[in-house]
Amino acid sequence: MDWFLQQLINGLALGSIYALIALGYTMVYGVLRFINFAHSDVLMLGAFSAYYIAPAVQKLLPLPSFTGAMIVVLISTLICAGIGILIEYLAYRPLRSRPKLTVLITAIGVSLFIEFTCQHKSVFGADTKPFPMLLPASDFHLGGLVFSSNDIVVLILTVLLLTALWFVVQRTKMGTAMRAVSFNQQAAALMGININRIISFTFGLGSALAAVAGILYALKAPGIEPLMGVQPGIRAFIAAVLGGIGNLPGAALGGIVIGLLETFAGGISGLSSYRDGIAFAILILILLFKPAGLLGKATVEKV
Amino acid sequence: MNNRGAKRWLMLGIALAVVISYGYEFLPVFKGKGYYLGIAIDCGISIILAVSLNLINGHTGQFSLGHAGFMAVGGYAAAKFSLVFEPMVPDSLKPLLFLVALVLGGCLAALTGLGVGIPSLRLKGDYLAIVTLGFGEIIRVIVQNMDAVGAASGLKGIPKWTTMGWTFAFAAVTVYAVSALVNSTYGRGFIAVSDDEVAATSMGINPVRYKVTAFVTGAFFAGIAGGLYAHHKQFLSPTGFDFLKSIDIVVMVILGGMGRTVGVIIAAVLLTLLPEFLRQFADYRMIIYSLLIIALMMARPQGLFTLGARKKGAARV
Repeated sequence: MDWFLQQLINGLALGSIYALIALGYTMVYGVLRFINFAHSDVLMLGAFSAYYIAPAVQKLLPLPSFTGAMIVVLISTLICAGIGILIEYLAYRPLRSRPKLTVLITAIGVSLFIEFTCQHKSVFGADTKPFPMLLPASDFHLGGLVFSSNDIVVLILTVLLLTALWFVVQRTKMGTAMRAVSFNQQAAALMGININRIISFTFGLGSALAAVAGILYALKAPGIEPLMGVQPGIRAFIAAVLGGIGNLPGAALGGIVIGLLETFAGGISGLSSYRDGIAFAILILILLFKPAGLLGKATVEKV
Repeated sequence: MNNRGAKRWLMLGIALAVVISYGYEFLPVFKGKGYYLGIAIDCGISIILAVSLNLINGHTGQFSLGHAGFMAVGGYAAAKFSLVFEPMVPDSLKPLLFLVALVLGGCLAALTGLGVGIPSLRLKGDYLAIVTLGFGEIIRVIVQNMDAVGAASGLKGIPKWTTMGWTFAFAAVTVYAVSALVNSTYGRGFIAVSDDEVAATSMGINPVRYKVTAFVTGAFFAGIAGGLYAHHKQFLSPTGFDFLKSIDIVVMVILGGMGRTVGVIIAAVLLTLLPEFLRQFADYRMIIYSLLIIALMMARPQGLFTLGARKKGAARV
């Protein structure tokens, strides 16, 4: 029982990070109908921004502390939102009317470009760097269970961000416009919505969430390196498909499910070495049996 | 390239391969040029990989990102087979054993291709790309955990049987098979499926069958290439067959022009030679590759070596 609860906590913490990343994939897919492969690299850039900002912030505020961490996270979020908007503006916007495969290949190109540029020794270098302690970390013991304070911060922050995102999408003018664009781009344009602005906003919002997720992921990981985003990125993408791509609650649910499954599989001795394959196995199963995802609506292709 | 042209390529390729592989041993020109021969074999393997992927990605328009996975299946199967049977076979029968190993690797890869092809029929475009990427990763994870093939530390001591002759003979067969298949009456269906699936279906073409045929044929030749690679490098490691290897092959196809056999061959040779010439810029190789992909998609999505574009405009979903 203790083992079960322990894995549950770990799984939820990991799953909520996946959920934050998955939201970015699903939002972009919602408005542009393609997979933004570079999303996982924005996540990495978020972690690296924090890595380089933390020493600067430390000169003004004590770190680890909550206010200090907040400022680091806030600045990294803004940087990544800018990067996300820039990627869309430079790489995807010129291809908006092209076939989807062209955009997809470009997205892979952008992702590789960011990864390998960052791996170059004059940028970040390929080696693993220790991530600074942003928050005072301590472990709580409850019976036989161990809660890390980081896990609790991850969970609370995820719930807060999800609520905020729900509010933005459902209750603000920008969010309404976003939903309109994802529903029918041409009709939305006819209603006077500036499509380009909404798409930029979507990229910014998704990238900001990715930055937060990247920092949280880095806090749990042993260190950061330019390819750190690839694995969580792929899992989060699978989470988005699992929940039904384009569906926001679905992405969050999918993230949690993938996180839990992966953690539980990692805890079982025979399965742990296949951990990397599990997410893909789930993806293939879901696409075979319920391609629209858990919460997605099946669409009929119109000819 | 019409059917007769394809046959000419086959003859030319095999003749060239035989001459060079013998010349390698007897002609003084090739004395001590092992390094260049090694690169030439690399080129041949790249041609097989790129042309076979071109059948899936180019002619049939199904975007696959898992070609390295098929290559891994073929490579590991062939290598294991030769390692097990090598001591039992007399020297004179070794070439036959090699052929059996290669074909066996190809067949196993084809079976894997069938396994990937059938579920992926329901998917298109980016979904298919992700699923094939997933299959490739799953194959890598399985190999990494298989002690019989050396798991994560790799498979060592594979006999060095791959020669110029073997490589280019198979490269010629691949080019011939793919172009003959696509240029046959039956093969028009591949292009129809890639151009417009719905229209193709309404003309009585079964897209499912064409997609599976493309996947199985492409995987078979990728498996052969894997076997040749294994007996060329004499060492296999799971990390050599990761996502980036698949991307390498995809870049060859994109650069050469999807569905353009000659362009793809040129691109395969060029992209294999390029890193050798640019040793001192090795750090920049992938950066240049990625910029190349982006630039090509913006400026020339039909490929660099495409003269008269059959498909005007762009790559299709």
